[in-house]
Amino acid sequence: MDELLIEYLPILLFLLIATGLTLVMVAASLLLGKQNPDSEKLSPYECGFEAFDDARRQFDVRFYLVAILFIIFDLEVAFLFPWAVSLGNIGLFGFWSMIIFLGVLTVGFIYEWKKGALEWE
Amino acid sequence: MAEFFTSTFGDYLGTAIFTVLMILCIIVPLLLAVAYLTLAERKVMAAMQIRRGPNVVGPFGLLQPIADGVKLLFKETIIPSGANRVAFVVAPMITFILSLIAWAVIPFDDGVVLADLNVGILYLFAISSLGVYGIVLAGWASNSKYPFLGALRSAAQMVSYEVSIGFVLVTVLLCVGSLNLNDIVKAQADWWFCIPLLPMFVVFYISALAETNRPPFDLPEAESELVAGYFSEYSAFTFALFFLGEYANIWLMSAMTALLFLGGWQAPFDVAPFTWIPGWIWFALKASFVAFTFIWVRATFPRYRYDQLMRLGWKVFLPLSLAMVVITAGVLIATDSLPKKNNALPASAVESTEPASD
Amino acid sequence: MIVQTIAFYVFAAVAVMSALLVVGNRNPVYSVLFLILTFFNVAALFVLIGAEFLAMMLVVVYVGAVAVLFLFVVMMLDINFVELRQGFVRYLPIGAVIGIILAAELIFVVAGSSLGTAPAAAPTPALAEATNTEALGNIMYTQYFYLFQVAGLVLLVAMMGAIVLTHRDRSGVKRQRIGDQVARSRNSVELKKVPTGKGV
Repeated sequence: MDELLIEYLPILLFLLIATGLTLVMVAASLLLGKQNPDSEKLSPYECGFEAFDDARRQFDVRFYLVAILFIIFDLEVAFLFPWAVSLGNIGLFGFWSMIIFLGVLTVGFIYEWKKGALEWE
Repeated sequence: MAEFFTSTFGDYLGTAIFTVLMILCIIVPLLLAVAYLTLAERKVMAAMQIRRGPNVVGPFGLLQPIADGVKLLFKETIIPSGANRVAFVVAPMITFILSLIAWAVIPFDDGVVLADLNVGILYLFAISSLGVYGIVLAGWASNSKYPFLGALRSAAQMVSYEVSIGFVLVTVLLCVGSLNLNDIVKAQADWWFCIPLLPMFVVFYISALAETNRPPFDLPEAESELVAGYFSEYSAFTFALFFLGEYANIWLMSAMTALLFLGGWQAPFDVAPFTWIPGWIWFALKASFVAFTFIWVRATFPRYRYDQLMRLGWKVFLPLSLAMVVITAGVLIATDSLPKKNNALPASAVESTEPASD
Repeated sequence: MIVQTIAFYVFAAVAVMSALLVVGNRNPVYSVLFLILTFFNVAALFVLIGAEFLAMMLVVVYVGAVAVLFLFVVMMLDINFVELRQGFVRYLPIGAVIGIILAAELIFVVAGSSLGTAPAAAPTPALAEATNTEALGNIMYTQYFYLFQVAGLVLLVAMMGAIVLTHRDRSGVKRQRIGDQVARSRNSVELKKVPTGKGV
């Protein structure tokens, strides 16, 4: 238990050092570089035009669909990890148990394929 | 080494100092490797296009990356007027920090690893799934159209290929039976996994290209459509952090490819002249070769179209890798060659191979 | 041991603080970012009790996938603070009722477990015998077969629901049909030598 935690301590230290290093680099750049902003320089880039309208607009709903499908398949992968590790212990029953699980999800996958949810143009 | 520090400085402080030194031993060479990967990319692409590439700063242009870094350090940091200032500066920092901390679990040689986690491969998977944030945040915080569109595209792309990376990892784990990266390398003593799992190796490599937004999948920053994508509005060191993070991620993906499929720090053949070379050199050579192929691919292939990219991810790689998970597991079960555990099942689980009725 | 205790209090404090900031923040994007910070600290707490697999899965699934979806949704909101405040008063009663129910449930669970009437969870195999992930894998697919399959069905319903709700068929778009492209016969293109000045 304690041995397990000892392994995580370097990661915490690593995170702190990496954050510190990044902060130092950005701060050094802010201090060393000559800051001379003006309103034209700070305007958002739009090929030389004034910005036409707000940049944060509604976007295609398919991006949400991709995100939702990603969550579902990510969960599927999450279920596969422990299975892959202990398949040697749980034997044939564990194998078929997972095959049924994957089969159910493959039905969903075929459904979304047939519905054209994976189509982009 | 560790004993020296604990005996000189006491238990807690000594361990801390030793760990910090080890971390620096990872970060400094990594940053050097990142800097010289940018030079290597320009030199290799130049050679492939019959040009010379950078050759002015230092002999063979060897000081070019340092000159680039110093230049970016002295440039003005422009924060657009409509931007969310904090998020705008934090986004590249996230990208860079993530690309660094992933290296904590990479084994450079047999047992030479900063944090020998039981779940090392999951840690890498988790870190790489966070890469989306730096990009989405940058696109949103810029409050400008091109970065916003670039960030959206990039997020959808990375997310799509992450699924197939997950399935590829599962097939590798089936053959290993452990989530520890050191165990994964050791399991490849006889056969590197790139041979029995060749289709998965190809899927992983291509997904790695897409995951790092490298050509031919560099749609988020397709110049002809989106200017520079999510980092259009960035300048000076905030830009440099994105750049460094991207190249550190190339190294990370190369290292992961070497660990999962090319036998990590193991020599290609277990005979005399190969075993004289220390393991970490083999590891570095393998990772460098994969990084070289990243550049090679960039110089060779035209860019994908977005619909083609999404189709490749969802309609080719996803079903293929899912099928390979089932096939690999089936073959391993049928031939009874699954990695066996020496620790037996808890008694209750052995008795009830039937599902519990409660 | 002392390091562990300090770490617990730091992570727990940051988790609670950032959870409060999720609710208290004006800008929904920052709310999502604080939500992510909360997830990280909870993952760290999982690591502290030795549940490393759960910690990693929390990061992979919640931070890497669910929060990305939240960020997508929130990023495109047209934030109008005046409207938000009007909504606040209108939805206050419903919100308060839900909050009270949740709080009551929490109190019941906490009180129940501290009195020892309801066991919080079935005992897991000792960690010394197997790693976390293995211990989970050894029982999840066999002993808890039905629950595992139900989880699969829930995912299936989620997948279909998402498609039914969001998918719209568009008309008049041209799609690439790989099959047709590959099946195209070679002689549909013909090379002709055109003599100069004669035309085809």
